Amino acid sequence: MASEMLPDEEYEVQDLLLNVGPQHPSTHGVFRMVMTVDGELVKDVVPYIGYLHRGAEKLCETMDYRQGIGFMDRTEYLAGHNAELSYVMAVEKLAGLEVPERAQWIRMILCELNRLSSHFMFMGAFGIDVGVFGTPFIYAWREREAIIDLFEEISGDRMMYAYFRPGGLAWDVPTNFVQRVKEVLVSSKTGIKDFDGLLTDNEIFRARTQGIGYISAEDAIDYGMSGPSLRGSGVPMDVRKDEPYLYYDQIKFEVPVGKNGDVFDRYICRLEEMRQSVSIIEQCLEHLQPGPIMPERMPRMLRTPPGEVYVRTEAPRGEYGVYLVSKGGNRPYRLKVRSACLSNLQPLKQMSVGQYVADAIIVLGSIDIVLSEVDR
Amino acid sequence: MKGLAKSMWTTLAVFARKPVTRDYPTYHKPLPERDRAFPLLLWDKQIDEPFCTGCHACERACPVECMTVLMKDNPNHRSVGGNSGRRKIIDKFWIDYARCMRCNICVEVCNFDAIAMNNTWQGHELSVYDRKDLVMDLGALTSLSHGGGITEWVPVVGQANEA
Repeated sequence: MASEMLPDEEYEVQDLLLNVGPQHPSTHGVFRMVMTVDGELVKDVVPYIGYLHRGAEKLCETMDYRQGIGFMDRTEYLAGHNAELSYVMAVEKLAGLEVPERAQWIRMILCELNRLSSHFMFMGAFGIDVGVFGTPFIYAWREREAIIDLFEEISGDRMMYAYFRPGGLAWDVPTNFVQRVKEVLVSSKTGIKDFDGLLTDNEIFRARTQGIGYISAEDAIDYGMSGPSLRGSGVPMDVRKDEPYLYYDQIKFEVPVGKNGDVFDRYICRLEEMRQSVSIIEQCLEHLQPGPIMPERMPRMLRTPPGEVYVRTEAPRGEYGVYLVSKGGNRPYRLKVRSACLSNLQPLKQMSVGQYVADAIIVLGSIDIVLSEVDR
Repeated sequence: MKGLAKSMWTTLAVFARKPVTRDYPTYHKPLPERDRAFPLLLWDKQIDEPFCTGCHACERACPVECMTVLMKDNPNHRSVGGNSGRRKIIDKFWIDYARCMRCNICVEVCNFDAIAMNNTWQGHELSVYDRKDLVMDLGALTSLSHGGGITEWVPVVGQANEA
């Protein structure tokens, strides 16, 4: 109708620059996108990052190995245990420390619980992006609260745990640990079931997510994506399977992969991964035996020989790697954090160009970014 | 339509469950004993002085340099007619709670178990109008322990549970 009244030849048609962020609920942190839109269609996306840069890598170079742990939590605030694990494992590899069995199992349990809590957070925030306002977010908060309460009982803090140490754990878990984990798992299972019922088969949800934000497996690999965002495109890459660390080689679990590489497949991968995490934790609990949690002889101040290591682990958002160079002494010479979110953010333009503005927000939500990890 | 009905059924089923909301300002959930708020100094009730000798161990280990410690000769030491075994004692102690990142390292390095993390709600509810008000002096740091308002938890690093 409008085009009949206003023929394009007589009026100059201009693209509109649309600024989203840096402080906007749908950008999941301080992230800014400048979109060029033609009506409702996105023609170009320019992301701006760096608002949350705190120089954690450089800070760690001025500190000894124990002091750096607290900063690792802050690089990835939704999955602090996973971030600590990479760092601590890198230091252990460099220093040649043997970690006791019990400490390893506890680490595994905590990391998988952290994956659960992080994915719950994704489910809630993603629900809001899609337009189911409130309901999934509150459901996610309910389940995440149970897990975080457990972390508080173990480590003392709800988000910045500082619980892993080079060599093992800071202190042992409470005596009712196994029972408490089982309680939390019961509530998590209910939560996963709730999300499955609420979102997966919902026609509106499917219409909003299926066929949106497509990226092919080849492109995803080229961009260096990892984690559930990559597996949604059908690449069965999981560091836990490919290069087992801790005791993941003694545990039976599957790596869920998607087929279509769209937003819905990334969602369904995460949902399935949560079920796998529950099963991993249940198996770990069976292996948990009393015993020491630190090597018998630990120096008061940990010093490492010169060398360099790269350790990667599977964090909830993908491959979280720590590259550590030491020239001897008690502090790293260089520390580099390979953040999964930064790589996952790269194909944002490719995934959102040609979509509607509202869908570009869903695409951003589907890669589950944590801006503190992108900027570090 | 089937999927929508399933979603509605899920919300209805959740609606029937018991609420989990904690009505925060009126209800304070019981904190676990390991809860970490901000560090505070402990009071030796037998001798009536702080445990802290001002040895600077925590100050040196702090990653964010939020502590300032000054030491003095103990006026209550046995050699000068007092009843304390501590030759040196803390004179002035400041912790900038606005800088502290609650990493627990100061508690781990303390040789005298003189510092602990506040595990009460008083450590969490610290809103002030000026950030300078978050620099705590010796009196503020010891008052909770001196008044007996805290059951502190001082972990031994690397110690396992008894089998």
